[in-house]
This record gives sequence, structure tokens and C-alpha cells, in this order.
Amino acid sequence: MSSHDHEHEHSLVPSEPALRIKALESLLVEKGVLDPAAVDEIIDVFEHRVGPRNGALVVAKAWTDPEFRKRLLADGTAAVRELGFLGMQGEEVVAVENTQNVHNVVVCTLCSCYPWPLLGLPPAWYKSLAYRSRVVIEPRKVLEDFGLKVSDDKEVRVWDSNSEVRYIVLPERPAGSETLSEAELAELVTRESMIGTGVAKAPA
Amino acid sequence: MNGVHDVGGMQCFGAVLPEENEPVFHAEWEKRVFGTMCLAMIDGHFNVDELRHAIEHIAPAEYCAVPYYGKWLRGMEDRLIAHGVITREELERKWAEVQGKGAAA
Repeated sequence: MSSHDHEHEHSLVPSEPALRIKALESLLVEKGVLDPAAVDEIIDVFEHRVGPRNGALVVAKAWTDPEFRKRLLADGTAAVRELGFLGMQGEEVVAVENTQNVHNVVVCTLCSCYPWPLLGLPPAWYKSLAYRSRVVIEPRKVLEDFGLKVSDDKEVRVWDSNSEVRYIVLPERPAGSETLSEAELAELVTRESMIGTGVAKAPA
Repeated sequence: MNGVHDVGGMQCFGAVLPEENEPVFHAEWEKRVFGTMCLAMIDGHFNVDELRHAIEHIAPAEYCAVPYYGKWLRGMEDRLIAHGVITREELERKWAEVQGKGAAA
């Protein structure tokens, strides 16, 4: 595109993104290649039906079923499929395990890759330039932005996602949760604990 | 390609600001961009790698200034035009129309 074209475009393009998407959607509908009801349906799925609750069920199962845990760490994709979690942006899932000695944290430095079927859509901070740029060079400082202090004797591992591989952190099971059911355990698993910018909640 | 999107290791973007009780979307237009994008990919007009390529080619200053779903929107327009699903002229006519500048222009 020449610079002339750029100037030309800038004089026409709506400054409001709401108008700009309205224009595109309306054009696609006119051409018969987009069904607005299907757009509504997809929005509803990601707003109300897919979210970190899915990942929490995976984690709770891994905490209570040692065989499932092994399968999850050996082949994350197959293990989460056992629970029915598959779909766009979840084609290849790798689970990384937090231990006494290792804390894992996940990022997508280039954009926003994230395991949609397990965690839903990423929060704004995950997609921010600040998080993407800094967590790979000063992860401990970034974790402190989240109020998480990882002790110096613990190794911090940062996993950079890409469009082929999506990571989920298997957080440590909190102390005092020994008697809880799988469903109760799932309540302790936060989104941040599965990205690695947090840890699982302590039982009430 | 190395470019402005390749931000890993830079320290100039300030603190990470997590939001309490963050909604899935922050505005109605973000929802429409998201849903339209998913369908465009499901319908096979382009794939996620092409989209990322298009987003990575947004001019650097614009890349940093435009919000996340704004980048998606630019990338989607670019790919739909590239594959002949729409033309730039049609899109410009629509831009004029939604801004009340006359559909017949």
C-alpha cells in the first residue's frame, strides 16, 4: 500500500471501533457470508459457558486421581479431552506442574495464545504489552504486581505459548484441603493459579 | 519476523495492572469483533496464522496504540480483502454509510 493510500484510508476509517465493526458486520451480512445470530451464539458461549471453571475441574481431578494426574502431565491434550474439553485454541495442551521447588508461569509474548477450552478468553492483563514483555525478563517482579511473592529458593519457570501449544499450570494442592471433595477442591482453583500469577486459595 | 509485536524482554511498558472481577468483554463492539472473527475462521476464510501475520504487519506506532480487539478488527479486514470475500471499495462505502456520510457516495 502506498503512503497515498494510507492517507486516503485514514480520512475514511471510522475513529470509533464500534462503527468500524458495525460496517464490516453489515457488509458481510449483506453479502450473505455472515449470520448475525451465529455471532450472538458464539459470544454467549464465551461469555457464559466456557471459562476457568473448566480448568478448575481438570486441576481438582488431578489432585484427587493420581492416575489422571500422570496422564495429564504425560499428554495434556488427551487427558483434558477425557473430560470433554476440546475446541478452538485448545488443540495441543501441555500441563506444567508446580511443586515445592518449582513455580510455573505462562505467557504469550508475541500475542495472546491461551487455552480457551480450559480457561475461556484471556484477561486484559494477559494480553497487555506490560505482561508480555516483562514476565520473561523479571518474572518475580511481575508476580509481585499480582501480590505473589515466590521465595528465592524456588525456581520460577516461564512458558511462552504459541499458536500450536497452550499451557496450563497445575497448581500445588493447598494445605488443609485433604478432606475436601473434588467439587469443593475445584472451588479453590482460581484462573490466576492456572496461569501461574497466583496460587490456589486456602480452604475456608 | 522480528517486529514490534515481539515484545518479550522489553521493560518500557510499566506495571501489569490486573483488574478485579474483570468482565469477559469490556464493550459491546469487542463482542462483535470476537464473534465475527470466530465465524470467519470457522467458515475457512482464513486461519489463525494468517491473522497473526496480518496483525504483526500493523504499523508499529499503531500496534502499540490500538486496543487488542482493534488489532483483531484490522487483521480481519485485511484477510477478508486479501481473500476476496470483500473489497476495499465495499468496505470504504460501508465506513461512509455507518458514519452518516451517505451510502451512495
